[in-house]
Amino acid sequence: MTTDVLIRVDNLSKQFGGGAINALNGVSAEIRRGEVVVVIGPSGSGKSTFLRCLNLLELPTGGTITFEGTDITDPKVNINRHRQKMGMVFQHFNLFPNMTVLKNMTVAPVRLGKKSRADAEKQAMELLERVGLADRAGAYPNQLSGGQKQRVAIVRALCMDPDVMLFDEPTSALDPEMVGEVLEVMKRLAHQGMTMVVVTHEMGFAREVGDRVIFMDGGTIVEQGSPDEIFNHPNHPRLQDFLRKVL
Amino acid sequence: MQAWLDNIKGEFDLNFIQGSRWKFLVTGLGNTLLITLMALAIGLVLGMIIAAVRSTYDKTVDNARPSVGRRILGFVNGACKVYLTVLRGTPVVVQLMIFAFVIFASARNMLMVAGLAFGLNSAAYVAEIIRGGIMSIDNGQFEAGRSLGFNYLQTMWYVVLPQVAKNVLPALMNEFIALLKETSVAGYVAVMDLTKAGDTIRGRTYSPFMPLIAVALIYLALVMFMTWVVGKVERRLRSSDH
Ligand SMILES: Nc1ncnc2c1ncn2[C@@H]1O[C@H](COP(=O)(O)OP(=O)(O)OP(=O)(O)O)[C@@H](O)[C@H]1O
Ligand SMILES: [Mg+2]
Repeated sequence: MTTDVLIRVDNLSKQFGGGAINALNGVSAEIRRGEVVVVIGPSGSGKSTFLRCLNLLELPTGGTITFEGTDITDPKVNINRHRQKMGMVFQHFNLFPNMTVLKNMTVAPVRLGKKSRADAEKQAMELLERVGLADRAGAYPNQLSGGQKQRVAIVRALCMDPDVMLFDEPTSALDPEMVGEVLEVMKRLAHQGMTMVVVTHEMGFAREVGDRVIFMDGGTIVEQGSPDEIFNHPNHPRLQDFLRKVL
Repeated sequence: MQAWLDNIKGEFDLNFIQGSRWKFLVTGLGNTLLITLMALAIGLVLGMIIAAVRSTYDKTVDNARPSVGRRILGFVNGACKVYLTVLRGTPVVVQLMIFAFVIFASARNMLMVAGLAFGLNSAAYVAEIIRGGIMSIDNGQFEAGRSLGFNYLQTMWYVVLPQVAKNVLPALMNEFIALLKETSVAGYVAVMDLTKAGDTIRGRTYSPFMPLIAVALIYLALVMFMTWVVGKVERRLRSSDH
């Protein structure tokens, strides 16, 4: 891990419903290259909103997000270009149901002119090989199990060669017996040095794989630190309370 | 029995053979198909444009920066809403007559005017069918497309619309069946469509049964054929359902 900052978040705020709901209240954070940052917190604390602001799926109300040196909240910035470098994995997979697994993975790199079809397919097959799904390349998403879908969603994002991967509760929609296979893929990705921001309720994953854990509550970062600091020596009462409930 | 058959034969002869009156039906059928096809083309193109404006506005209403483009989109969206309300809120015959006798009162080709009027009317229904199809696609599909780096239009084109097309094709084809039947009021503006053709024969022979039944049977055959095609398309879509 280097100290090179990949994403810098400054005083980020997000309101919904014309100011009725404050989902984020001045969040500042840094994501360093090669780092695995795990975001935990109670339901409604703003974890998803924070993550979705990072690639501007949610437009922040205030504050700035600097990605690879560019302030991507500047309206003049072409966000589509930067999103190509930020892979995202959703709770509900969001695979394209009308495309095969292979097409799901190659449609973006090919259509965006990033790779030739042959190159994209070659890379996609290598990635499928690595997650044990090479034989499902021609299958449609509804022919896959939940765990398989999520593994495909992960490698689909990887096909754009992103510099960071954002995960929003990637295992929450899975049957318990399929959680492990998805976490395993994420763990390997982390070991390969991928920068990752992971919103999850899997405390085991946070402890084992996370370099840093961020605890959010009420739209702010209440406490952050190494997994050891957060899980074994929590300071803030709200974090202590949260951990009592989930562990 | 023999007398009855002779009567039928005589009626048939009177209504269709004498004076080559069957030619009215051929001309009428041709015009009906022409109006329907024109209306279909106009309805599809304009309907898709309106649907694009309406759904783009709705999809981005919560998450767009205020800008000039945004304001223009808001204005066009408002105009589309008015259009839909008016066109769907008044009878198509009245619209047709306004087109023929008010807006294009000096036009000589009433066939074109009728095609335009039915097309503009159909566009309103097509727009709502397509918009419904777009809005029924899970927002996660948009987000997945955008998160991969596609811009709004690319996401629409590569990800959303192929799914929409599959969902709305049967509804669109049913709209076209309805359109075919609706054109039967074209006679109000002196267009010799199929219905008007039957009525014209009736006016000459004073024998209403044969010409009107013939017209009804021709419509029925057309509609049954189109329904059969819709069924085939629906089955095809379902079998490729993924
Ligand atoms: N699109 C939206 N419109 C209105 N309110 C929203 C929207 N998205 C989130 N919120 C609100 O913002 C707050 C933060 O929501 P967020 O989804 O970020 O929480 P979360 O920490 O991800 O929760 P969970 O663990 O349940 O996923 C909540 O009060 C939520 O109701
Ligand atoms: Mg969430």
